[in-house]
Amino acid sequence: MHAVDTSDADPMTVAGPNGSATVKRRVSRFFSARPNVRLASLLSGPALWLVALYLGSLIALFLTSLYRLNEDGTAITEKIGAGNYRELLDKPVYRDIAVRTIGVAALVTVIDICLALPIAFFIAKIARPRVRTLMITAVLVPLWGSYLVKAFAWRALLGSPGGVIDRTIGNSPGYGLPALVIVLSYLWLPYMIVPIYAGLDRLPDSLLEASNDLGAGFWYTFRSVVVPMLLPAIIAGSVFTFALSMGDYIAVALVGGPTQMIGSVVYANFASDLPFAAAFATVPILVMIVYLLGIRRTGALDNL
Amino acid sequence: MISKRFAVGFGTALALIAASCGSSSTSTSGGTALKSIGKGEGSLQLIAWAGYAENGSTDPAYNWVGKFETDSGCKVDVKVGNTSDEMFQLMQTGGYDGVSASGDASVRLIDSALVAPVNTALFTNYADISPFLKDTDYNSSGGKNYGIPHGWGANYLMYNPNVVKPAPDSWSVVFDKNSPYKGKITAYDAPIYIADAALYLATAQPALGIKDPYSLTQKQFDAAVALLKDQHSVIGEYWANYALSETAFEQGSIALGTTWQIIANLSNATLKKAGSTELKTVSPKEGSTGWSDTWMVSSKAKHPNCMYMWMNYITTPAVQAQVAEYFGEAPANPKACALIPDDPTFCDVFKAKDSAFASAIKFWATPRKQCLNGSGDNCVPFADWIKAWTEIKG
Repeated sequence: MHAVDTSDADPMTVAGPNGSATVKRRVSRFFSARPNVRLASLLSGPALWLVALYLGSLIALFLTSLYRLNEDGTAITEKIGAGNYRELLDKPVYRDIAVRTIGVAALVTVIDICLALPIAFFIAKIARPRVRTLMITAVLVPLWGSYLVKAFAWRALLGSPGGVIDRTIGNSPGYGLPALVIVLSYLWLPYMIVPIYAGLDRLPDSLLEASNDLGAGFWYTFRSVVVPMLLPAIIAGSVFTFALSMGDYIAVALVGGPTQMIGSVVYANFASDLPFAAAFATVPILVMIVYLLGIRRTGALDNL
Repeated sequence: MISKRFAVGFGTALALIAASCGSSSTSTSGGTALKSIGKGEGSLQLIAWAGYAENGSTDPAYNWVGKFETDSGCKVDVKVGNTSDEMFQLMQTGGYDGVSASGDASVRLIDSALVAPVNTALFTNYADISPFLKDTDYNSSGGKNYGIPHGWGANYLMYNPNVVKPAPDSWSVVFDKNSPYKGKITAYDAPIYIADAALYLATAQPALGIKDPYSLTQKQFDAAVALLKDQHSVIGEYWANYALSETAFEQGSIALGTTWQIIANLSNATLKKAGSTELKTVSPKEGSTGWSDTWMVSSKAKHPNCMYMWMNYITTPAVQAQVAEYFGEAPANPKACALIPDDPTFCDVFKAKDSAFASAIKFWATPRKQCLNGSGDNCVPFADWIKAWTEIKG
């Protein structure tokens, strides 16, 4: 754009009175003649950030996981070895924690799908425009609140005895695994509703009407028309709920009772045994890689 | 193009990593003690427990850092450490002048030469410090002192008298896997809590021959871990954050477990206001673990004069009184006791002058292979304690 803007060139940058090229123009000409250089200079910042910092930190994480804490817990021995990974595989406690974490993440995902489908369906297909706006706002507003505040609020709700739920209903699950699943399902629900709503919004009403006209009932339509078309959206939402649940350690500390998850073990070991924490932290990364590779075929990643 | 870009990025990343590795190797020189306190360097970087170095930003009524800055000309930056492990990690970065280390950090700091020996003759208040806090195995090594004591406290057994009947006098109530208080019991969430189980076993199973809960042979250690694994089934919640423990006791979801006096005081202040039954603390007959904190100078301190000035300032009776009252612990300098006008019984509550009480407390210390009590070199080192703690919680 600046290359053709010669009529009123900035006098500050004009090199001489005889119409010689301005600095600005020279730069413009340089880049317009070399599209590759243009692209490279445009992308080098983000690319550096992505590759050096993002991938670099992952590589640093992996390298750290190959180190080892010395016996007295005073220093890290910078010698490459698989000791931490061997320990992860040898001791059943870490397998139990990993299985528990994946199980909680899967359960939270299923619960969120079950809750999000009817809510999103109502918003997209049944509610009137004004109600729709209100409901979308209601779904999104909790995302603006601090995660910590919400988790603390659930701590006050779930206490047994003495929590708000216990005092009103007379019974509460208390802190523990069930409480953890409830709170994580609550926290990540909007991340499931939004993609499903977007998917439903793209689903033409005529398809539902056609199915109805052909004699299919609500459930049949839902099962054989809506769900197959929504599958990519559901899977996209599940990436959020699954990954976020798997990495959580704050909700675990606040409402999980004595429960340990991968995140809480990594957090506890971060200060005391960094290499081991790094080794355990690669487990959710591996699980997510497998998960993403598995769903790549479904086309759900196009919906992210 | 992508592969080329990736290669460049990969190379950059490796270079960064190599650079960070190069800088992270620690020197083994522990530094030397100052001969005299010189002119202040104008700045001081501290790692402290929350409430140890208040500058009025938490509560304008509590500000003893401000006076120090005026008096010494050293501007103080405080980094709050949440755990001993975190403090140890921060000290490894080398960017700090000093730390208020508990025994389970201080031994590691001395061992890895991250703190320097100190010249206690330079502290005008050192003579006033309670004698039972001096020259201990967590603040001195090889005949050298590595800091000045700050304050101390015992871990108590706290219980809700409405729920726990009869009143307990033994730690056995928190270790009983068939406890009637299942789900209402709490325990401190840190590897160092294994010592609490060991201390209980020293009395409960004398055949194990446990003398010092921080110097455990493999057999003794395994017994303590087994006890804690049994305990896990009755635990309602482990606590590491004192405010969370306080609210759990207040609302009643927890009725029994190990605590600090500060938590009991805060809980009871709230319960009193609400007209509810107050909680009780007891020092069980098996004795208690506890913590005794020491201000230490980093061996890489850039402002050692300011740090020495701070160590002297924080142990003056007037400042000790403020800190002890605010945090809720026994001051290391008993001259502070007379200066707590709001609560003349303060030092009695915290048994600040009770050397018998203090000597019965097993203060936190970092276990190592070379047994802390000199019984040999077959003790379970701290790295194993860390691993065991994860296994205990399952």
